[in-house]
Amino acid sequence: MSASEKKTKIAIRHLYKIFGADPASVLDAVKAGMGKEELLDTHRHVLGLNNINVDIKEGDITVMMGLSGSGKSTLIRHLNRLIEPTAGEVELDGVDVVGVNEKELRRLRREEMSMVFQHFALLPHRTVLENAGMALDVRGVPRSEYESEAHKWLDRVGLQGVGDQFPHQLSGGMQQRVGIARALTSNSPVMLMDEAFSALDPLIRTDMQDLLLELQAELKKTVVFISHDLDEALKLADHLVILKDGYVVQQGEPQDILMRPNDPYIVDFISDINRARVLRVRSVMEETDHRPDTVAGEVDWDDNLESVIARSEGQTDLTYCVMRDGKQVGVLKMTNLVKALVPTAAAEDGLRSGAA
Amino acid sequence: MATYDFVFRALGLEEWCEADGGAAAPMSMEALVAQNSGEEASTSIWELPFPSMDALNEACGAFPQSRNVTLGLENGFLAVKDSISVVLDPITQPLSWMLEGALYAILNTPWWIVIPLLLAIVWFVSKSWRLLAFVALSIGGLAFIDYYSYAMQTLAIILVCAFLCVLLGVPIGIAMSRSDKMRAGTIPILDMLQTLPPFVYLIPLIFLFSVTEPKLYGIAIILYAIVPVIRLTDLGIRMVDESVIEAAEAFGMTDRQKLYGVQIPLALPNIMAGVNQTIMMSLAMVVIASLVSAPGLGVLVLRGINNLELGVGLVSGLGIVLLAVMLDRTTKAALDRINAAQKG
Repeated sequence: MSASEKKTKIAIRHLYKIFGADPASVLDAVKAGMGKEELLDTHRHVLGLNNINVDIKEGDITVMMGLSGSGKSTLIRHLNRLIEPTAGEVELDGVDVVGVNEKELRRLRREEMSMVFQHFALLPHRTVLENAGMALDVRGVPRSEYESEAHKWLDRVGLQGVGDQFPHQLSGGMQQRVGIARALTSNSPVMLMDEAFSALDPLIRTDMQDLLLELQAELKKTVVFISHDLDEALKLADHLVILKDGYVVQQGEPQDILMRPNDPYIVDFISDINRARVLRVRSVMEETDHRPDTVAGEVDWDDNLESVIARSEGQTDLTYCVMRDGKQVGVLKMTNLVKALVPTAAAEDGLRSGAA
Repeated sequence: MATYDFVFRALGLEEWCEADGGAAAPMSMEALVAQNSGEEASTSIWELPFPSMDALNEACGAFPQSRNVTLGLENGFLAVKDSISVVLDPITQPLSWMLEGALYAILNTPWWIVIPLLLAIVWFVSKSWRLLAFVALSIGGLAFIDYYSYAMQTLAIILVCAFLCVLLGVPIGIAMSRSDKMRAGTIPILDMLQTLPPFVYLIPLIFLFSVTEPKLYGIAIILYAIVPVIRLTDLGIRMVDESVIEAAEAFGMTDRQKLYGVQIPLALPNIMAGVNQTIMMSLAMVVIASLVSAPGLGVLVLRGINNLELGVGLVSGLGIVLLAVMLDRTTKAALDRINAAQKG
């Protein structure tokens, strides 16, 4: 995949977090392989994170997904050290965040990383404009100077003319736009988003996801996004990390995880999504530049399967040429497409052999 | 023969008891009665006395009687009193000056300056015509029946004491909210200050300071009234939304920025509720403090009690109620305006 060429922005290495009276004392037991439940039963400590290793690439949206209690919110708080790890490293541009002193940590939080929260966490006693400019205000930039920057980003997220209102006067969706504007105004290369859209209702959530993708196409920030919603994760992710009980079950390109789930947990997870909408032509095609004799037409390699089915009008004997930037990169047989739609749980083996 | 002789016999302390001479300690009432009636102290199990100090003293003259406890406390206090005064006197002297200054200022400024000034303050904090009219009528009424100077004295004392309560109480509350240890240490003291009958503070204070000094009642009022502002500052800061604090940290705020930019503004409704309670409690205490020469309406209440002047007592009591309502409504109006501005 093309992701491997990108620079690693944040590297999480052997990260452990244990909650309890004396985490260091049970660390060795955890390293030796003790699970979450056993640790709780025998040592009365809660295993938060268990040997996490993730490379977060520059300019990617990395989505950490898991159910509640999987440690995803704990993990994102280690990136800017709102929570101290029990062991392990978090490297930002090669510098270990865990080791820096308080002053440097503050600088990192002010200039390198911004954060968007599930429940918005705006300052209720400050106006929308002051909230948007909070990051600059914290750095000591006077209001007259941060005002234009805050206005610019409020406009960019679709909030014109509300600068003088207070957060409680806005709807949830608008408040979260302020939250995003606040993160953008800090102009930090890394944006941490902790279940940023989970508290919003579905339509607004879709809007916000589109907004994020649109902004991302333009700004190319390194985004770490936490979610418990698989559809959201698949929509946003360049790199998907699935967490369970504090460890990484599987990580990789979302298409790849869909086609080759390596754990029953993930099979469960992906069993009731709309595969046709999520899977892309590139994941099911056969790679070849040989043009077959009878082609029904051309499809883009990033089209989803739903659109191809619509074009084929349900016929399963067609073959399409797969194009990327005007060049043929493969062929797509409708039979393969249909095979790919079979839920993984039912035909795991068949899928594996058929998809590659 | 006393009930608990055997204790001292068993411990081999008879000599110590004898040596100090049983007669040295004053006799208890029962002992005297028993002696006069010529009867032996009963040893029936039904009448077994609790082994209290007095009962043990009966058995052994060298053992102290219970009255020695209170006596000892008193003597101990008298012994350290002078050295405490040396430290406390200069520290608390500004309080006397402030109270004297406030009383002097409010009584020597003509009423046609003081009353409009008070009304202007009420208008500034409440922006409510109804409240303004109520305050104007109340003060006007008190002045009309010639209770103006008493009411103003009471008001001056309350304002000085409440101001000092806030000045001292808010930082203590902040410190409590930051450290659980500090909190655990402070709460019993606050509980004690709140439940100790107010008259009880006055006793040691009378020993420490001269009754003619204003700081005597100033300290009594502050000790009594400072509790709510401390408690509610602590509570208010602890109740600030966790996620907002987290956001403040995530954006790299220093502790100071967090305190002044987030915690105090968000705790302000609670702090103001504490200030309101503090003012109410200083008003309650200012009446009791008239026992130790605090001027104002309390003096009239006291006169009403001492001389059985029913009318004076009732009218001055009503005056205090009016003051209380004015202060309460004004601070509550200010609180409402803060709440409206930052509705969470």
